[in-house]
Amino acid sequence: MSLVPEIDYGTPASRAEKMVTLTIDGRDITVPEGTSIMRASMEAGIQVPKLCATDMVDAFGSCRLCLVEIEGRNGTPASCTTPVAPGLKVHTQTSRLKDIRKGVMELYISDHPLDCLTCAANGDCELQDMAGAVGLRDVRYGYEGDNHVKARENGEANARWMPKDESNPYFTYDPSKCIVCSRCVRACEEVQGTFALTIEGRGFDSRVSPGMHENFLSSECVSCGACVQACPTATLTEKSVIEIGQPEHSVVTTCAYCGVGCSFKAEMRGEELVRMVPWKDGKANRGHSCVKGRFAYGYSTHKERILNPMIREKVSDPWREVTWEEAYAHVASEFRRIQYQYGREAIGGITSSRCTNEETFLVQKLIRAGFGNNNVDTCARVCHSPTGYGLGQTFGTSAGTQDFDSVEHSDVVVIIGANPTDGHPVFGSRLKKRLRQGAKLIVIDPRRTDIVRSPHIEAAYHLPLKPGTNVAVMTALAHVIVTEGLFDEKFIRERCDWSEFEDWAAFVADESHSPEAIEKYTGVKPEDIRGAARLFATGGNGAIYYGLGVTEHSQGSTTVMAIANLAMATGNIGRPGVGVNPLRGQNNVQGSCDMGSFPHELPGYRHVSDDATREIFEKMWGVKLSDEPGLRIPNMLDAAVDGSFKGIYIQGEDILQSDPDTKHVAAGLAAMECVVVQDLFLNETANYAHVFLPGSTFLEKDGTFTNAERRINRVRKVMTPRNGYGDWEITQKLAQAMGLDWNYTHPFEIMDEIAATTPSFALVSYDYLDKMGSVQWPCNEKTPLGSPIMHIDGFVRGKGKFIRTEYVATHERTGPRFPLLLTTGRILSQYNVGAQTRRTDNVVWHEEDRLEIHAHDAENRGIHDGDWVKLTSRSGDTTLRALITDRVAPGVVYTTFHHPTTQANVITTDFSDWATNCPEYKVTAVQVSPSNGPSDWQVEYDEQARQSRRIVAKLEAAE
Amino acid sequence: MSHDQPHKTTDDKLIYMANQIATFFKSQPEGEQVKGISGHINKFWEQRMRRAFFVMIDQGDSRFDPLVVKAAALIKRPAEVKQV
Repeated sequence: MSLVPEIDYGTPASRAEKMVTLTIDGRDITVPEGTSIMRASMEAGIQVPKLCATDMVDAFGSCRLCLVEIEGRNGTPASCTTPVAPGLKVHTQTSRLKDIRKGVMELYISDHPLDCLTCAANGDCELQDMAGAVGLRDVRYGYEGDNHVKARENGEANARWMPKDESNPYFTYDPSKCIVCSRCVRACEEVQGTFALTIEGRGFDSRVSPGMHENFLSSECVSCGACVQACPTATLTEKSVIEIGQPEHSVVTTCAYCGVGCSFKAEMRGEELVRMVPWKDGKANRGHSCVKGRFAYGYSTHKERILNPMIREKVSDPWREVTWEEAYAHVASEFRRIQYQYGREAIGGITSSRCTNEETFLVQKLIRAGFGNNNVDTCARVCHSPTGYGLGQTFGTSAGTQDFDSVEHSDVVVIIGANPTDGHPVFGSRLKKRLRQGAKLIVIDPRRTDIVRSPHIEAAYHLPLKPGTNVAVMTALAHVIVTEGLFDEKFIRERCDWSEFEDWAAFVADESHSPEAIEKYTGVKPEDIRGAARLFATGGNGAIYYGLGVTEHSQGSTTVMAIANLAMATGNIGRPGVGVNPLRGQNNVQGSCDMGSFPHELPGYRHVSDDATREIFEKMWGVKLSDEPGLRIPNMLDAAVDGSFKGIYIQGEDILQSDPDTKHVAAGLAAMECVVVQDLFLNETANYAHVFLPGSTFLEKDGTFTNAERRINRVRKVMTPRNGYGDWEITQKLAQAMGLDWNYTHPFEIMDEIAATTPSFALVSYDYLDKMGSVQWPCNEKTPLGSPIMHIDGFVRGKGKFIRTEYVATHERTGPRFPLLLTTGRILSQYNVGAQTRRTDNVVWHEEDRLEIHAHDAENRGIHDGDWVKLTSRSGDTTLRALITDRVAPGVVYTTFHHPTTQANVITTDFSDWATNCPEYKVTAVQVSPSNGPSDWQVEYDEQARQSRRIVAKLEAAE
Repeated sequence: MSHDQPHKTTDDKLIYMANQIATFFKSQPEGEQVKGISGHINKFWEQRMRRAFFVMIDQGDSRFDPLVVKAAALIKRPAEVKQV
């Protein structure tokens, strides 16, 4: 094994189609017009010395090391900033160039520490490499005099010296090693788009500064790691590299956080993970990362990870460690007992959107083939199930229509109910890059999210609607487009059913759907809706990106349809730069849906009542499958409370924390006789579990994740599972204990089974993925290279379907007792219920959930910033600390739910989407009042959780 | 539905859900309404949900939207309860 090779071409690739031929060092080279001489040389295998250039950022031309000579031109131009031209004759190594380069290096090294042997970058230092490349043998200037290197000189403090900044938990900034190449500053601007770094001072005083001479942690830095990656020296270095040393091999794998699905190189020393570095060839992230994927992997070795299976009779008992065999036998006999006693339908399971496709496939297979029912669901129930339904109805398939590269071709971007800079940061950065190039932005969100106004970006329109009125606003946008004749008639006539369009157009054109008519309940200025509609319809390629602010409503599915209507009406489907793009939450929530995790669908979104589909699986699995839809998660809990649902197998999901109306979830779990939780940690749900099966992390197993762009990415095992087994092995053993004849020896065999049974995966195999890097489904005979963009020549369902979208106010309404509307969301440093990120140093950015409240509402209630407040809804109450802000409008409050102690879901109600039962997380009527401390429920809950996590009877050693 | 009471029983929830589905299809062209409601429930409701639904329909529960009652004729009656 060795490190995955990555070539740095020095400057970004040119997109020009016209080719240019020139001669470099006597070799003829043909490259696209606009390519730098540096890049052209590298493509021919000629490495021109360089320090300030790297292909992740634009050329800068400051280090004067990459100079070349061009016949017929004066001087020695920098090869990074000089574009190729036809017929140029370039020389990269002449005696004049050699002298200049050596002189430049002498200057650099005269102000650089000579501690190479003990330096963390030893073996991975471009400055060291360049000293070698130019043949530096001596520094004529010596090391005395003005410098940034020595803390004290001649017994006096050196004012130029600055101590190391170790404030960021993951990397250090050592100014004494800085060569001021400004690669970090440019990476922060161009790649991440945060503009947290700058060069302060001028000349010899120049140095890198986070913010206004702050330390990294207190600056605007979002810890994405791009600067660390860009740094050619040890100035910015991962603390893990300082501690461990340089990696000796690396493996390309996929991040297990959000639905962007970034490709990373896991850089290893033996089985120890040294660092995660974003992979340049990763097609979702193109070499970029965020603080979670890049740094927050420490949970995998956290001391709270459970490594042995455990059992208990009652949930009030402490846990007892048992052998794996005992655990499997216990679960199998309990599940069979329950089915015998209460009926075949009395048990079910939940697949994990954090686990691999292969693992999810096995869990649903266990339920359908082993339990003999369709009681399987997944966390998509509480996030994007309305996407599945809404896009299925309108387009005929339930996934995003584009790849992430598509945003590079967008002219107008609409973001609805999504906060990409926090929730999907790497996509957020790619979007911001496009916006800085001039694309226009429309944000539809009750909150003024960061993307509305951030450095060098300002939304053309922000429509700060009242939570719960998405359908009204979307339909009003359509009203403007139809009544002002801005729709794309040619597209609609070709691709959609014209009579359905006419019906829909007449519906939206009604005066009751005009921006003026809806202002009173949406709170959005009519002229802004009109302006936004005109911009979207006429501004060029229009793309819609949306998140849970769309789906998690009583009318979630209706809003998805309204989005699809809008895209079809404006002809924004079927080419790069346009489309309907759901930003999926978890790493593999797309995959878990694809793999048949819903109770009504077999893998590939085929209804269980479809005889032909069932026959495919029945033949392969040798069992009869039920043709009746099973229970969805909320229905399972209702049935549990009613006494007809008694056992559940939950792989990698924490429904007690993540699902709405916590008290109802707790009551449902408490009513069951066998709750089996398979997870890394004793999560909140495990407080009500009878069996705990320790799970494995993404670093410990092979498999695939499918991201929000339908991209199937490989997950590769880089270390032995600490718990002993990959999750797929655990499910298989459980299935065997229940009498199923499963004999998978490696996850590739599971993928082969998926491909054999699911047409959209027909050509997918591990060999093919190794060859292609990744593919986007559908990937079959018709589209062997996969499908970056869908619905190119027509919709999957045939003609696109326009559907009327009538606004219906949610029953969750404000009134005198609950006058405020609570909406919920995420923060950059934390992920989902926080089980992973809370167990990393990411807590320095977010150690608790806060309630964002407008100053006006706070003042009325006598609340100051940082005060403890009580948050009460019709469902329950909790306490947390207030954060006074003008990001939310008066009448709206906001919080995150990353911490279990906050118990935000005690507040949320059981209202849900009409079509899919996706809970209405985004609208809860609440009251906020000053408080002294935790609510009774929080105290009670903490005590129950504490009791429930006791472990006695440890086994001698893990197996 | 009272505003200060979260729905309590599963029966209450089923009625609420059925009426929510009816509310959506009410705004659709008339020919699609009954078909839409029954199709949706057939596709997504598990047997014991439909069983409880029919108990209430058969008793003439007045809380159902009339459109739901109309659609019930097209909703699949679940099989009898049977043990493994």
